Amino acid sequence: MYTSLTDRRKFIKKMAMLSAMTAAATMFPGILFADEQEEGLPSGDIKWTKAPCRFCGVGCGILVGTEKGKAVAVKGDPKSSVNKGLLCVKGYHQTMCLQAKDRLTHALVKKNGAYVKTPIGEALDLVASKMKETIAKHGKDAVAMYTSGQSTIPEGYVASKLMKGAIGTNNLDCNARLCMASAVTGFLTTFGADEPMGCYEDIDHADVFVLWGNNMAEMHPVLFSRMLEQKNRRGAKIIDFATRTTRTSMAADKSILFKPQSDLAVANAICYEIIKNGWVNTSFVEKHCNFNKGLTNMGYGLEDNYKFKDKPEKINFEAYKEFLKDYTPEKVEKISGVSVKDIKYMAAYFGDPNKKIVSYWCMGMNQHTRGTWMNNLVYNIHLLTGKISQPGNGPFSLTGQPSACGTAREVGTFTHKLPKGVVMNEKHRRLAAKIWKVPYERIPSKPTYHATEMFRAIDRGEIKFIWTQVTNPLVSLPKTSRYRPGMEKDSCFVVVSDVFPTPTSDVADVILPASWHIEKSGLYGNSERRTQHWDKMVEGPGETTPDAWMTIEVAKRMGFGDLFPYTEENHVEEIYNEYRQFHQGAKHGMAPLEVLKSQSGAIWPFVDGKSTQWRFNAKYDPACSNEEDFHFYGKPDGRAVIWQRPYEPAPEEPDSEYPFWLNTGRVVEHWHTGSMTRRIPVLHKAMPRAYVELHPKDAKRLKIKTGDKVKLTTRRGEIIMPASVNQRGIPTPMQVFVPFFDENMLINDLTLDSFCPISKEPDYKKCAVRVEKV
Amino acid sequence: MPIKSYLAHPHKGKKNELMEALSVLEQCEVIPSHNEELLILITETDTTTEEEILKEKLDALESLKLLALVSGFNTQKN
Repeated sequence: MYTSLTDRRKFIKKMAMLSAMTAAATMFPGILFADEQEEGLPSGDIKWTKAPCRFCGVGCGILVGTEKGKAVAVKGDPKSSVNKGLLCVKGYHQTMCLQAKDRLTHALVKKNGAYVKTPIGEALDLVASKMKETIAKHGKDAVAMYTSGQSTIPEGYVASKLMKGAIGTNNLDCNARLCMASAVTGFLTTFGADEPMGCYEDIDHADVFVLWGNNMAEMHPVLFSRMLEQKNRRGAKIIDFATRTTRTSMAADKSILFKPQSDLAVANAICYEIIKNGWVNTSFVEKHCNFNKGLTNMGYGLEDNYKFKDKPEKINFEAYKEFLKDYTPEKVEKISGVSVKDIKYMAAYFGDPNKKIVSYWCMGMNQHTRGTWMNNLVYNIHLLTGKISQPGNGPFSLTGQPSACGTAREVGTFTHKLPKGVVMNEKHRRLAAKIWKVPYERIPSKPTYHATEMFRAIDRGEIKFIWTQVTNPLVSLPKTSRYRPGMEKDSCFVVVSDVFPTPTSDVADVILPASWHIEKSGLYGNSERRTQHWDKMVEGPGETTPDAWMTIEVAKRMGFGDLFPYTEENHVEEIYNEYRQFHQGAKHGMAPLEVLKSQSGAIWPFVDGKSTQWRFNAKYDPACSNEEDFHFYGKPDGRAVIWQRPYEPAPEEPDSEYPFWLNTGRVVEHWHTGSMTRRIPVLHKAMPRAYVELHPKDAKRLKIKTGDKVKLTTRRGEIIMPASVNQRGIPTPMQVFVPFFDENMLINDLTLDSFCPISKEPDYKKCAVRVEKV
Repeated sequence: MPIKSYLAHPHKGKKNELMEALSVLEQCEVIPSHNEELLILITETDTTTEEEILKEKLDALESLKLLALVSGFNTQKN
């Protein structure tokens, strides 16, 4: 192809600029170059089309520039209230992964140990016949699908319809189980309704932001930038409460470090202080709250087939007050390492009736063996003080993935979920059966495998067929040292749909070539309940096909064509219109597609043509019907629950053999397992490989300096990687941190597959590790 | 035909002054950060000699605290 020198120079200038932006992003948390996004982009006959960003759960609005059938640029959408034209370094570069040379363009079928390029129709025939054959031979619970918080709403919907409505198995779960299941169970146990009550506009009103184990500067940079703006403009305070000093800590007004797992104790200590100092909003609590306690010593899910069911029991305020006596700041200082002064400092902000305060969290609280409890405890603080469901006041769980809310939680791609409600509820099963036009009896009433247990079941040989879509479990699951050999076994036929080859597609029997984001139309739902639509902008290469359409084609081949009467051209619209029926009404009404096409999304409940920004507050939420200021209508009596939840230790704590804590997580340059961002040259160059961060004192004692090879050993395995000392982040002493994006250094081979017994979300933040210089 | 990108750190409170000073230099393209005291500077010169002269001009700017090179490319002139 001919490229003029002018074009080449423009391209090089663009590359130089992008390199500088990436470098700036590594030095300044949340740095943005909004003006550049409006100017300096390629000129000419470029068509700009709106979409939500492909990456995180913030759901920034982007404008994708296309020219001659190719994506040539991305800029922030100034009309999007989410990001107001701003973008982070990943968002800005996203379409560059499309140029990767190893794109999966055709179906590949493994024959005699080698992958053979196969026409897509033939590959889908094979998938359908294998699925049918497995069901005939071993029963419907021998087949499974594992999807994603990055699946679009239509993709999640047809997967649920195929598995639960057509086949009749609840063997459907998704990778959102790994990132926000504890937030879901937290919301459900406290409020009886999932997803945050507030919205991003809270940032413009709050006086104080408390970040609970949440490195927003790297994981949610645009929202962090909006917070920094409020800090600079209005003097809003940012408190970073974490186990590691990060860029967020460096930009915060106050950094408070705690020992892993002890956040439970600190949250209770804050509640103790609120009550002791008379800061309880008594009228709010009396009108709108109940007090409950549940079972304790639940275990950690380490055994196969582990089961747990909580038994809530009502208590009164006095009993709760008595329970909190174990959590005086003095006692908690010993557990957590957080000083009495700092505990009182945080409590005083929550207790001050003149301060508006928002709590933000993400993986730190959710990937926690007591994740549901930890979510409950933060709600307790906001409920005791009545700082909830008002502009600038509220607890706000951020999601990791772009449609963890829209698809995983709202469509319900979990084993226990339906598009509305849960499989255990007869009324919910009847509604699903009616809309899906299937016999009610076909939808099983018992959940089967959550994510970790699903991969254990593959290892045990119970699941004989699995189809993964838009996810890379052999990098992202905990303890992949068990689940990789499990998936390699001949007992399970593995189908992987993806855009690029991954360690998961390496073990597949069939690889299906999926369309990327802008090569298909779709809808995502972000952290603030905002549903966003985009239109297909470019053609995908070869025989790449949208995941939703591949599911529909397989369903048709299995004999379920009458349940999937969608057309290839309009299936996104047809599916969304069908799906909307599940959520009709003031509590969860979804905006019509015409509205979503005309603007940068809408927040549900969408009632009488308007988004509902603050739920449960009668001033903003038309679903409130109790004639009071607030109505927590998710619960039958309209009251939220303040839970008595204790501190309990982590399942595997450091000891003499494995003396360090191992914490894992993400970096700003890479999206999760890196399958996309490691193919974007400027991002890959900025962060080419994983590393292990050590505290400088530990490094000095072990004679380790940056770049030295370090061996990490846990009870699951070992790995060698370069050290990082005093670089991007600094863990607390006797803790190490490793990012998980690098498929060449699979840290999850070493992590522990313990999980929260209520949410079943694994804890990637805490296990015991030995650290040695090689 | 060298093309280079830099992070330009201004002295405290001098971001706008630095922005103006760089904008008038023909071989410079400047992108200010929306929310930090930092500018991205892209330079495009015809020869390495011209580039050295430009570098001297940049070093003489009073509002400039630090200029950190990020990337450098050399391409043909069209």
